[in-house]
Amino acid sequence: MGMKIALAGNPNCGKTTLFNALTGASQHVGNWPGVTVEKKEGKLRGHGDVIIQDLPGVYSLSPYTLEEVVTRDYLVTEQPDAILNIIDASNLERNLYLTTQLMELGLPVVIALNMMDVVRRQGGSIQSSALSQALGVPVVEISALKGENCVEAALEAVRAAKSRQAAKPVTFGEDIEHALEQIGTQVSGHCQPSHNRWYAVKLFERDARTELPLGQMAKDTIEAYIKTVEDAQDDDAESIITNARYECAAKLAHAAGREGKVHKLTGSDKIDQIVTNRWLGFPIFVGVMFLVYYLSISTVGTMMTDWVNDVLFGEIIPPAVEGWLASAATPEWLNGLVLDGIVAGVGSVLGFLPQMMVLFLCLAFLEDCGYMARIAFLMDRIFRRFGLSGKSFIPMLIGTGCGVPGIMASRTIENQRDRRMTVITTTFIPCSAKLPVIALIAGALFGGAWWVGPSAYFVGVAAIICSGIILKKTRLFVGDPAPFVMELPAYHWPSLKGVLRHMWERAVAFIKKAGTVIFLAVTLIWFLQTFNFRLEMVEQNESILASIGNVLAPIFAPLGWGDWRAAVAAISGLIAKENVVGTLGVLFGFAEVAEDGVEIWGTMQQVFTPVAAYSFLVFNLLCAPCFAAIGAVRRELGGKWTLIAVGYQCLLAYMVSLCIYQFGALLTGAASFGVGTVVAIIILVVFLYLLFRPQPKPESKLRRAAVKA
Amino acid sequence: MKSLEQVKPGETVSVVRLHGEGPIKRRIMDMGITKGVTVFVRKVAPLGDPMEITVRGYELSLRKADCAAIEVQ
Repeated sequence: MGMKIALAGNPNCGKTTLFNALTGASQHVGNWPGVTVEKKEGKLRGHGDVIIQDLPGVYSLSPYTLEEVVTRDYLVTEQPDAILNIIDASNLERNLYLTTQLMELGLPVVIALNMMDVVRRQGGSIQSSALSQALGVPVVEISALKGENCVEAALEAVRAAKSRQAAKPVTFGEDIEHALEQIGTQVSGHCQPSHNRWYAVKLFERDARTELPLGQMAKDTIEAYIKTVEDAQDDDAESIITNARYECAAKLAHAAGREGKVHKLTGSDKIDQIVTNRWLGFPIFVGVMFLVYYLSISTVGTMMTDWVNDVLFGEIIPPAVEGWLASAATPEWLNGLVLDGIVAGVGSVLGFLPQMMVLFLCLAFLEDCGYMARIAFLMDRIFRRFGLSGKSFIPMLIGTGCGVPGIMASRTIENQRDRRMTVITTTFIPCSAKLPVIALIAGALFGGAWWVGPSAYFVGVAAIICSGIILKKTRLFVGDPAPFVMELPAYHWPSLKGVLRHMWERAVAFIKKAGTVIFLAVTLIWFLQTFNFRLEMVEQNESILASIGNVLAPIFAPLGWGDWRAAVAAISGLIAKENVVGTLGVLFGFAEVAEDGVEIWGTMQQVFTPVAAYSFLVFNLLCAPCFAAIGAVRRELGGKWTLIAVGYQCLLAYMVSLCIYQFGALLTGAASFGVGTVVAIIILVVFLYLLFRPQPKPESKLRRAAVKA
Repeated sequence: MKSLEQVKPGETVSVVRLHGEGPIKRRIMDMGITKGVTVFVRKVAPLGDPMEITVRGYELSLRKADCAAIEVQ
């Protein structure tokens, strides 16, 4: 029978590094059941029968955040054989606060004391033996970064697990202990004996997620005990326990010889003084962002992506496959499927990869060195007005290059609601593939007017801001506001191995999950635009896609472009947005067009009025992004939220385009007041209502409490 | 009553009481801001919000709206 060791600790304490050091390549990454919190486990190096279970990084075991609930549910119900609690020695008190909670779970606990080198560099010291004595559990000094003593700490946990000696919980003040003891007697018999303390404390805290089948009398008795302590201390029970825990943590830290840090400027403080300086903060931020963008989107990343697209999937693989297919004398349709469908589809996915690897490398570096938290610190004020997080800036900036890495960059936002909102709105920003569409419309119908391009970005930013405000008031997003209580970790130079590993994990995740979806979707579109309903290979304007375009065209008539070719072009934009230009070219009878479609400008002028063309442009900017981006959304949010995101984007695009066309046509005199105008007015009124209505009150009492305070 | 929101950068105060209840209060307390603890206000973000404080030997960022519920002296 194998053994399970749970790895628990604060965020930023080196837990991931320790986990990697302990398990090497034998990791299994999944999700915790029902939630999108990542779950990692792996075998202990050299000890195949010991499984290390990585728990989310948490500060506490409160019932309020997803990560904390996942952690405590696992520890209470699954009961690993021991807990290996990793502690950041340079931040002893706050880390010990979690330890005091872990020790109540009736499980053996071993402490891995990390980052002692930082403490020594700051001129401090910690007696790990004294700490071990005060806590009554083994303490092992480790260096996760250098891999020192890591396996030894795990083996210590294995020994503790074999001994089955549960950690002895820390004791609080006399009055609290008295109440806990009384509650404990009420609880006993309703839970495992080893969980008695845990449940007593949770009931004392009036923990909303703790339910025991107690009778009304027992409940009243417990309530009376809580009340007595509350009245004596003039505070609520939850705060009383939290206070008591921190008192313990401070005492333990004192016993270990670690006093509160004196106000001495460390190197990290000096960096921070400059980087988040009142005047220099933003220029430095702009510089860093420019560098990230420059490396991943403008230069290194794009050079490699272009190489993959143009050389690898342009000159090397297709001719090779073509030659191979020719030698095998395969039928024409199979050639088409393999070359235009599969090879082109896989190419379109892999083409993004180099760009993303460079981007992920930059992001991993920013995250690991501690600058990411400062970005949120700088930008929070702007973004939280729109229901977004300070960290939403990065996905949006990256999104101007390509939506796929932009969406993937949202990973760095911890709060789930902020992350969802960011993913849904990021693709509103015109990405580089939308530029040809803008160039086409600007050139063909507005005489290359200078304002068309900037206006596209303006529409994108406006869509993000309005969506943020509207969505945060909907039922999907309303609820308790996420507090922005964020640790600003000390700056440190990240390890190359850690950064590379970080980058690699994300890249693999993208290839695996997004790859399959994009691949299938691209193949489907290829099929639709190559065959007719009798499954004969035909030109695009006789294909199934053309038929679908014909059916869909009337839907777009109120938007001013009921021509079936425009509808087909918009659909083909799902493969890649620049396809809109190419498809229009093909449908207007040109085999090949330049990137801005200069050949079809004349025809465009006959099919579109300027207002209709602008409506077409806005629709293509705002509607569902390309399949690659949708695949990335699915990877980040899961199936249900992908539907919500795409549905919202298409709906918004339709509404905005309709209003633009109807009002525009009315103002330019191209159309008179009619049903369309009325519909547009109604949409506008509803839109303004959604935008300016007051924030609905969430059902829970929590927000009221915050306001009252 | 003086709240943490009103404290100027560079000043050190001690926490008297936390008002309110529920997740935000718990979260603030979980991060170590409890009764009697010493808090040093390091700076305010360039746009005037949030604040950066030092508590229990580490750096924490808090929105001013949340700081308003922290009574200090």
